[in-house]
Amino acid sequence: MTTEVVDMITLVIDGFEVSVPKGTLVIRAAEKLGIQIPRFCDHPLLDPVGACRQCLVDIEINGRAFPKPQASCTIPVEPGMIVKTQLTSAVAQKAQEGIMEFLLVNHPLDCPVCDKGGECPLQNQAMSTGRGESRFEGKKRLFDKPINISSQVLLDRERCVLCARCTRFSEQIASDPFITLNERGALQQVGIYENQPFESYFSGNTVQICPVGALTGASYRFQARPFDLVSTPSSCEHCASGCAQRTDVRRGKTLRRLAGDDPEVNEEWNCDKGRWAFKYVTALDRITNPLVRDASGELREASWPEAIAAAADGLKGNRVGVLVGGRATVEDAYGYSKFARVTLGTNDIDFRSRVSSDEEREFLASHVVGTSTTYRDIDRADHVLLVGFEPEEESPIVFLRMLKHVKKRALKVSAVATKLSIGNEKLGATFLSVAPGSEADAISKIELTAKSVILVGERACESAGALSAVAALAHRTGAKIGWVPRRAGEPGAIAAGAIGNLLPGGRPVSDPAARVDVATVWGVDSIPSAVGKNADEIFVAAKTGQLDALVVGGVDPLDSALSAEALSALDQTFVVSFEIRPSAVTARANVVFPVAAVTEKSGSFMNWEGRAREFDTAVEGSLHRSDVRILSMLADAMGKSISLNSVKSASKEFASLSKWDGARATFTPSTSKSLSVGNDEALLTSWRRLLDDGSLQDGEVNLAGTARKSVVVISQKRASALGVVDGDAVKVSNSQGSVTLPVLVENIHDDAVWMPRNSRGSHLLETLGTASGTLVKVGKA
Amino acid sequence: MTKLTPVLSAHWDEKDSFTLEGYKRHGGYTASAKALKMEPDAIIQQVKDSGLRGRGGAGFPTGMKWGFIPQGDNKDHYLVVNADESEPGTCKDTPLLLANPHVLIEGMIIGSYAIRAKYAFIYIRGEVTHVVRRMQQAIEDAYKAGYLGKNIFGSGVDLELVLHVGAGAYICGEETALLDSLEGFRGQPRLRPPFPAIAGLYARPTVVNNVESIASVPSIISNGAEWFQSMGTEKSKGMTLYSLSGHVANPGQFEAPLGITLREILELAGGIRKGHQLKFWTPGGSSTPLFTVEHLDTPLDYEGVSAAGSMLGTKALQIFDETTCIVRAVLRWTEFYKHESCGKCTPCREGTWWLVQILKDLESGKGTEADLDKLIDLCDNIMGRSFCALADGAASPIVSSLKYFRSEYMDHLRNGGCPFDPHASTLFDKAGV
Repeated sequence: MTTEVVDMITLVIDGFEVSVPKGTLVIRAAEKLGIQIPRFCDHPLLDPVGACRQCLVDIEINGRAFPKPQASCTIPVEPGMIVKTQLTSAVAQKAQEGIMEFLLVNHPLDCPVCDKGGECPLQNQAMSTGRGESRFEGKKRLFDKPINISSQVLLDRERCVLCARCTRFSEQIASDPFITLNERGALQQVGIYENQPFESYFSGNTVQICPVGALTGASYRFQARPFDLVSTPSSCEHCASGCAQRTDVRRGKTLRRLAGDDPEVNEEWNCDKGRWAFKYVTALDRITNPLVRDASGELREASWPEAIAAAADGLKGNRVGVLVGGRATVEDAYGYSKFARVTLGTNDIDFRSRVSSDEEREFLASHVVGTSTTYRDIDRADHVLLVGFEPEEESPIVFLRMLKHVKKRALKVSAVATKLSIGNEKLGATFLSVAPGSEADAISKIELTAKSVILVGERACESAGALSAVAALAHRTGAKIGWVPRRAGEPGAIAAGAIGNLLPGGRPVSDPAARVDVATVWGVDSIPSAVGKNADEIFVAAKTGQLDALVVGGVDPLDSALSAEALSALDQTFVVSFEIRPSAVTARANVVFPVAAVTEKSGSFMNWEGRAREFDTAVEGSLHRSDVRILSMLADAMGKSISLNSVKSASKEFASLSKWDGARATFTPSTSKSLSVGNDEALLTSWRRLLDDGSLQDGEVNLAGTARKSVVVISQKRASALGVVDGDAVKVSNSQGSVTLPVLVENIHDDAVWMPRNSRGSHLLETLGTASGTLVKVGKA
Repeated sequence: MTKLTPVLSAHWDEKDSFTLEGYKRHGGYTASAKALKMEPDAIIQQVKDSGLRGRGGAGFPTGMKWGFIPQGDNKDHYLVVNADESEPGTCKDTPLLLANPHVLIEGMIIGSYAIRAKYAFIYIRGEVTHVVRRMQQAIEDAYKAGYLGKNIFGSGVDLELVLHVGAGAYICGEETALLDSLEGFRGQPRLRPPFPAIAGLYARPTVVNNVESIASVPSIISNGAEWFQSMGTEKSKGMTLYSLSGHVANPGQFEAPLGITLREILELAGGIRKGHQLKFWTPGGSSTPLFTVEHLDTPLDYEGVSAAGSMLGTKALQIFDETTCIVRAVLRWTEFYKHESCGKCTPCREGTWWLVQILKDLESGKGTEADLDKLIDLCDNIMGRSFCALADGAASPIVSSLKYFRSEYMDHLRNGGCPFDPHASTLFDKAGV
């Protein structure tokens, strides 16, 4: 642990001495004393601008006074500085009152209908700093209102105080300078480019930091008054970035979610999916009662005891596989993990309801679980290497953190990828172009240092040998590995042992001491010692009769590389499904248990760093139960209790298991295999976009309106050979199906063709049965 | 009686004063040839010694500004000339560039060499198309003559000169807004520090000078610092262009030593238009507090004007006789500032919006005496509270007019409207012709 030496500067504010690090702005030094200087344009994470002039204070340095009040948001502290704020200087007070009066000149008095009313910095500071009565008797400027600057952000220009927080955020933080200030004088206004809406993945942050009601979210507009909302600190369930959030609920319904403040993780930002994709919880097709398939083959509603009994009957004494899904909380995943071992007596459990590999499973056990690569490592890195990972699409806050350091200190970023993405272009990443499947070779040639970080995405497992090459690279250079999956539940599921080769706490199943550890805590005689089947093997085994039943959490079989096998496996076995809404699994299940969505329960996720992200129940009074509670009831009914009758007990027991301090699982490297590509062929590559047809985004049309359009991306060489230009229809096909989309010529490996994995008109696993690394035909449609 | 000292304007009456030949006939481009044989630092020293101060309004010593540019920093340096002359009343650079564009080019050659800049820019007001064309021609001729481009004057020094035409915003005369605009952004003032001398154009050390300041340099190099020092007053050295406009018999440019008085200039200009008397005037354009008859003998140098409560500014002497309604004049200026406020900061953007409405009411006789106090108070809340100096300029005419002519404002209120005949103040009015 190194300590950073910081020069401290002592100054006096309103008669109180305070010491702050060199470079601190006066307004922030005052905050340290609890002195609140009013402000609008100032934001601690944005560059100072000094535009609104609300924070004027009197300053003298070593006896020399500034002739006029200074903006405390732009002036760094200096030794011998004496600052007088509105509390001790009549000049500063009058200056601030004057500015406030000016700000209100053109601001409408529509607080009673404005969404910001009740939580508005302008309203609050007009009360604290403004005059009681306005002296303005003239005409205010008027604008047509509101205007859509995207499908999800609305702009009421007459409310805008032109602080430029939104435009500065878009430029400085998100590198999406799609909004800008136009015109001048009092007619200055925020605007978009013609025909180019504000389609940034981070646009919602501008709504949150707008100090007035000028920017509003289309979905929340006119929905609630802030004082009717009950706010609960929460954690985002969408990805593994681990954003702190705030969930605002009125009368049992989530109306809004905001980015929470966590300087170590998401600072004060989140992405638009985290902010706006929560309507799936209140979808009309939520499953509210247990369902049991009756003799006629129909699913009908049943009582809890009946459903529990039916499920217990179907599972008891049978060979069962457990598929957890990547969205379970740590506590639920722990419940599945214990249920599999204790109640079902098997290690056939896997949370990876997606394309996966055994190389990955070994990699997770040997190189991921129990390690701690963090955002702080990105902060200090000399070089970040991305492998099978598109941070902007797959973990947006990791992207923002990298972008911050790219801007601040020219952090070097390299990406081993098949296509240069928009996000990686913004990061100024060195694009190490590879054909799908040839990642390992490229990785093995890279030079890193012990200060470097390798961020590996879940898609790295789709290229055989890539993870082995990453492990070798880290071993050779000392670089740290950070594994960043897409789904919020995956890191926690590994830690909870919801995978066939690991027990809770990163304990290898194959290690007898590890099994004894766990068996002791669980109070059982033994734990199965054979490494369990992986998700694909579970489906195949179920299909071929080697398994009799499946317990399935939030899994979409169409996410699997073996989607066809998955569906027939579900058809042929006894299936117990834990779901919130009807799915391909519930349609084939024998018993369906309705479970609580994330806002309806407490628990925690573990983000990619392994950091616990705890949250409380935001929507009180929900009748839905967390998975772990239902599993515990089921285990009781089966006569092999897991004794986890609440989230709290699961969390307590999991914590008591602590981390494994024995030998780590071993890793056997794999090698890559290359395919030869014919003339009209290409190797398929794809990833999921942040905003796509994912079921957790269901019901939010305004958000969907800003999703990137589906295209098929090919290289210039291929486009010339096919005789197509941007916008022409191109067909990508294999024996299973075809997808036709407008073509976009971009910087992509000549042997590759890229399409979004799960976007409108492009559902690759469903249509082609493959998402990457396989040969497809590419032709003019 | 102070005499005129035509240097910049010496040959404006010649038919071809704006051509390369016309300029060279009177020794043009000998100063630059001479300068290129000097040490750059010696040039900076000579300009410092001359006492030349910025002619754009602030009066900052030009040589000192050049001296701020860090040397040996392995960075590109830039010289930027501010030719965005846009203030009401200010009209010196436009005729100077129309009649003698080469003197600016020569000054820029010397200045660029002194600060080690290989690129120089002129940011010129876009509305004055005729001046833009003349400037373009002059630059082209200078390139052809080998005074610009590679190896100028055979000295081994390179200098590229770019003429940039602004799109018509007063704020772009503010040096940092000008730099933003020159870089292709919206012209809005930048936060300082960093100052342009450290991070100016494209974040490189940059000098921004007024046209007249740079145009004065060749004569200093040719004639020496002492010659320049021999003109003017103790702290305000040299000759300068006074631009006389308004209700005078012979308006125009008067090049005289700093420190001349308006009384003297009016005498040279044939006085106030016939049959009328001076009522008020601006010493340096509309943003400088007004003067009245009592300031006729105020020395028009930086210190003299400042001591009398105003600013020398751009030496734009706008003369108004007794036919002019003060409220009307101030309202027109205020409308200008409202129109030109860039919108970045609150007091300027909202303040000018409000001030115009109050002044309009006052002009039409609406309001009470309390509105006059409100006006003063609003100006107090604007001045020194804004991001750049534009808002101070907007408040100046209001505050000074109320200081000298409060009763005239009151007359409007008592009269229920303006007591003046607006036609009487027009130059085409028969009275006095």
